[in-house]
Amino acid sequence: MLTEVLLLARKDLRIERRAKVALGQVAPLTLLIVVVFAFALDANAPLLEIGAGGLYWVAVLYGGTLLTQRAFELETEGGNFDDFRMSPIKAHSLFLGKSLGLFIQICVLELVLTPAILLLYEVQVADWWLLTAAGVAGAVAFSVCGVLWGVMAAGLRVRSTLLPLLLIPVLAPILLAGSRAFESALGIRVDAGWSWTSLMFVIAAVHTVVGLAAFGFLLEEN
Amino acid sequence: MPESMDDSKMTATPLTRVLGILGIVAGVLMAVLGLFISPPDVVQGEAVRMLYLHVPSIWIAYGSFVLTSVSSLLFLVRSRRREDGGRHYDRLAGSAAEVGVVFTGLTLITGMLWGKVTWGTYWQWDARLTTTVLLFVTYLGYLALRRLPADPIVRGRRAAVMALISFINVPIVHYSVDWWRTLHQKASLSVGRRPEITGEMYWTLLYSALTVTIVGAWLIVHRYRVIRLEEIRDEENLKMLISSRGHERPTGSAADGEVS
Repeated sequence: MLTEVLLLARKDLRIERRAKVALGQVAPLTLLIVVVFAFALDANAPLLEIGAGGLYWVAVLYGGTLLTQRAFELETEGGNFDDFRMSPIKAHSLFLGKSLGLFIQICVLELVLTPAILLLYEVQVADWWLLTAAGVAGAVAFSVCGVLWGVMAAGLRVRSTLLPLLLIPVLAPILLAGSRAFESALGIRVDAGWSWTSLMFVIAAVHTVVGLAAFGFLLEEN
Repeated sequence: MPESMDDSKMTATPLTRVLGILGIVAGVLMAVLGLFISPPDVVQGEAVRMLYLHVPSIWIAYGSFVLTSVSSLLFLVRSRRREDGGRHYDRLAGSAAEVGVVFTGLTLITGMLWGKVTWGTYWQWDARLTTTVLLFVTYLGYLALRRLPADPIVRGRRAAVMALISFINVPIVHYSVDWWRTLHQKASLSVGRRPEITGEMYWTLLYSALTVTIVGAWLIVHRYRVIRLEEIRDEENLKMLISSRGHERPTGSAADGEVS
């Protein structure tokens, strides 16, 4: 199973490396969002500093939704789901493989965005361990939720507008927990940063269990 | 429930008419009890009367979402075994979710009005309000999924999975006042805990819950039947289209071939 998961993740990442959508388009777009937030808040340094955690996760939310959409667009357009159904690859492996692929792409996005907010919003990191753990927890939670809801919208005619509508309410707790954890890590507020990080891992675990149970079923319908 | 257009072209039956009349009468009595007979609260004064609509609304919303989840589960389990794909479970899930969304919306509106009077603001980003609005938006997404043009069974199965996942939000909304520090008060009535209210207020609240349940049930039955009638209309339209295409004169090379 591990071989299948790695194979599928490698497939998605190879496609991304060749197409350069994640790094070439989505990452610059999220950077642009970080800059636009500064315009919207009139480059008010204290306000940007207070909101840095939240603004960072809004940018991740937007970029991650685009990456999720793209991950399923490729499979739907190529009719790959039919191939997956006929192949000996298990649905569990497909769910975990696509989640792993998306997780790595979101991590790349976070690696681009983190220095951007540190430089542009002039915030200092108070706890690097917490910042890293929160970033990883958010990426894990985002990727499993994204893959679960992505397959739900896959193959439908209005999926490009449907997916954000389905996904964003589910991602809202991750946005909330991620923002609070980052605020703690950046020393903006004294809060239970590690509890918020744990909450993101719990959300990821719940969605992984649901995803493993339902993915095969949802895949059949594509 | 009718399975063909011949059974009934309306959404009412003698039973639903009785239910509807009962709902109207009970609603009038609820207004009298809530507005005139029930006493004002010591702290909140007259504003407490919002309780009789606000609290039963969310109860019915919870109940509707429970019905949606149970029907969705049955649809998933039985859809492969039945000739019609167990679509009546899917219809029931959809109609209950619609009613649940309406009552969640009503809860939000009445809560905002109540909040303006008691807290001095329409909205506070506390856990109960935030989780309720997320519940509302999640089920709006579920209804959007149900409206998409796709094969009814495929769409129904995806919607059923979504309904089961979305239900996780219901206990989170309900227990949010216990799990987090919120401006919103604790539940007025809760299993295993002494009620926060007593006397006429207590009985008026229970009576209001019964009234809103009757109205909710009436709405669910009607929505179910409307959905079924829409399906029958679509099936008949399709049959008519196929039939009219069958009677069309052949054109192009095939027609030429016949003439020659």
